Amino acid sequence: MAHDATHDHHDHHGAPQGFFQRWVMSTNHKDIGTLYLVFALLMFFIGGAFAMVIRAELFKPGMQLVQPYFFNEMTTMHALVMIFGAIMPSFVGLANWMIPLMVGAPDMALPRMNNLSFWIMPFAFTLLLSTLFMPGGGPAGGWTMYPPLSLQGESIAYVVFAVHLMGISSIMGAINIIATILNMRAPGMDLLKMPVFVWSWLITAFLLIAVMPVLAGAVTMLLTDKYFHTNFFNAAGGGDPVLYQHIFWFFGHPEVYIMILPAFGIISEIIPTFARKPIFGYKAMVFAIASIAFLSFIVWAHHMFAVGLPMGAEIFFMYATMLIAVPTGVKVFNWVSTMWGGSMTFETPMLFSIAFVILFTIGGFSGLMLALAPADFQYHDTYFVVAHFHYVLVTGAAFSIMAAAYYWLPKWSGNMYSETWGKIHFWSSVISVNVLFFPQHFLGLAGMPRRIPDYNVAFANFNMISSIGGFWFGASQLIFLGVIVHCVYFSKKKAADRSWEGAKGLEWTVPSPAPHHTFDVPPVIHDDELAHGHTDH
Amino acid sequence: MTSGGIGRWFSAWTAGVVLALSGGAAMANPEPDQLNMTKGAAEWSPYGMHMVALWVCVVIGIVVFGAMFVAMFRFRKSRGAVAEKWTHSTKLEIVWTVIPVIILIFLAKLATGGLTSFADTTGSEMTIKVTGYQWKWRYDYVEYKGKPVDRVGFMSKLEETSDRTRQLKSNLDPDKIQVDGYKTYLLDVDKPLVVPVGVKIRFIIVGGDVIHSWWVPALGWKMDAIPGIANSAWTNLKEPGVYRGQCAELCGQDHGFMPIVVKAVPKAEFEQWLATQEDEAKVQKAAQTAQATPVTAPQG
Repeated sequence: MAHDATHDHHDHHGAPQGFFQRWVMSTNHKDIGTLYLVFALLMFFIGGAFAMVIRAELFKPGMQLVQPYFFNEMTTMHALVMIFGAIMPSFVGLANWMIPLMVGAPDMALPRMNNLSFWIMPFAFTLLLSTLFMPGGGPAGGWTMYPPLSLQGESIAYVVFAVHLMGISSIMGAINIIATILNMRAPGMDLLKMPVFVWSWLITAFLLIAVMPVLAGAVTMLLTDKYFHTNFFNAAGGGDPVLYQHIFWFFGHPEVYIMILPAFGIISEIIPTFARKPIFGYKAMVFAIASIAFLSFIVWAHHMFAVGLPMGAEIFFMYATMLIAVPTGVKVFNWVSTMWGGSMTFETPMLFSIAFVILFTIGGFSGLMLALAPADFQYHDTYFVVAHFHYVLVTGAAFSIMAAAYYWLPKWSGNMYSETWGKIHFWSSVISVNVLFFPQHFLGLAGMPRRIPDYNVAFANFNMISSIGGFWFGASQLIFLGVIVHCVYFSKKKAADRSWEGAKGLEWTVPSPAPHHTFDVPPVIHDDELAHGHTDH
Repeated sequence: MTSGGIGRWFSAWTAGVVLALSGGAAMANPEPDQLNMTKGAAEWSPYGMHMVALWVCVVIGIVVFGAMFVAMFRFRKSRGAVAEKWTHSTKLEIVWTVIPVIILIFLAKLATGGLTSFADTTGSEMTIKVTGYQWKWRYDYVEYKGKPVDRVGFMSKLEETSDRTRQLKSNLDPDKIQVDGYKTYLLDVDKPLVVPVGVKIRFIIVGGDVIHSWWVPALGWKMDAIPGIANSAWTNLKEPGVYRGQCAELCGQDHGFMPIVVKAVPKAEFEQWLATQEDEAKVQKAAQTAQATPVTAPQG
């Protein structure tokens, strides 16, 4: 009887026909995943446009294009849009699409909440971006919104409400992911048989639940300081501007890992597929992610080495930060070991993953250097830091998302993308991104502070090189857009169910494109189909 | 300029690496195409630690990326490689957990030493209070050789030529702004902070409105200037010279336009300068009192 009911159910529930019904009222994890990914791509281009303004103004010394205040709006909005609009939603989109497919669940555990958590986002960003068109201008105090400076802006209330909305969305998304992973796995999908991507998201979701309320608290205090005469951060009223920084970075550092742990998960899926060899040290990989997540809570003040912390605090946060190098190193060594002895091919997802391992590690190296507090007294707030976090966020997080898009596009769309154009996109991106960010290390070491609209002529050459790399990298992403549109709408090459020869895991057992509803009946799990079916290793 | 620039880069890189290895001359102020951190001009400098950390990273990078490239070459399907089955090696995993820990302990020891000496402001012979304002600095000389300094303090802000040049679409050439052959666009002020060489100077750093950060690379550190908090740091400059820096914490629209210039002079010259400043302050005060007297006298 159960079987009959399910069968019936299946027949009558294809995708709804109307546009509004299908996309706005959706409770389907695949459609909501698509919405998240499309939204993130849109934000990626908006945030990218802001970056183009920044790089254009910094093309040569002197002010040519924009006023300094507008420049500050651009740096602030670029960060907010890229972090909260592009990177985070794209990871949530990937989670929505892939987690139910990977654990053998019919949908997310809380489908209506899923709809709500997506549809909050466009409103949050409309609120945030609308400030650019207001008389007082947008936020210009940096994405970290340090008071007292951020309180001088007239748009703080809009930013705070936008952040609240993003926070609510993230928390609901995280609850949904945890509920799905813990409750909806198909029988036989033990926790230690889950794909690393699922593990990485399970841990990330806990980080989100732990820290988004902290951010909400911090910005609410900004709001009351601005409009309700409280003095949390006002020294003249007995408050402390540094308190804000502690609270913000208690959110901010785990946030950094929220943007990289799912990337670790993605890379841990892709490298074994194209090396045709199971991941090296599965349990060590999971444990490393958990350790990094734990450590992320006790390192926040390394963002504050120059605020004049007591020496004991500097030493503690320095040691704790350095410790992160150990589990991160384990991950990198394990990826290399996964490749060693494999049978590798280099399709676009693999190329992006290999670039990720190398370039993210370079970002990790500069991170280790930044962890050394005395050296950080020089590096802090310079372009060295800008180079560091763009290596981990662009060639780290963003590259992993591109790798994931190429990897799973055949499953999503049912078509193969153009491998030639994928590779053109890859090589164009990987070269330009280094032209863009590598010289910024030199600029920072030579003495160029970050967040300045103009600079001494000594910094001219590397800024020009960096800007050229920036325009080139920005233009390269139009190729990405083209490849996606071609793949979804025009590609004639149909994807096989198991789109990649070496791919393992439940998502490859369903048809391509994945039907609107999958796993109405829990799949029978054969350990051989899973990437980590045998837990003895 | 790109291809030429990139070619120049590599030659400059090589030169920089050779310089770093041979311990070549330090550049105190930003130079065109500068690749590395300045050694600075002060007793305390994180340069050595920076170089150690950099080389540690370079060596680890060569090993890890080298292994990756060997793997990518040897284990290609197109070369007929057949995937092996192993997924685990406890021995290897212990090795690459323990070795990084040892390296980190070594780095931590080095950095702790650097922090300890940086935090020690005792034995200073001079105190200067630095206040950050939107968008200028104020310097107040508090005490020199145990004696309070009488009312010597002044504002220091971006000098006028740079200020005119940096206006939007001014069409003025930043390259033209030079002092003694050094191009000082945005790195020069109307009135520099004058300090003696060979004296341990303690800085008290505060913020007047929002948070700023006082940074002169040649001194080896930056310190935030925060409203309501008095931070301290110290320096002991070894050689006379003009050391340039700027605000390093976003502080509003003109954050990029509040440079710092520290002019280090021999002790005798400094003492003379300080005496002149004190005299000027006295004269000024006398003038103020004189101005004030006619008003108050009739009442008195």
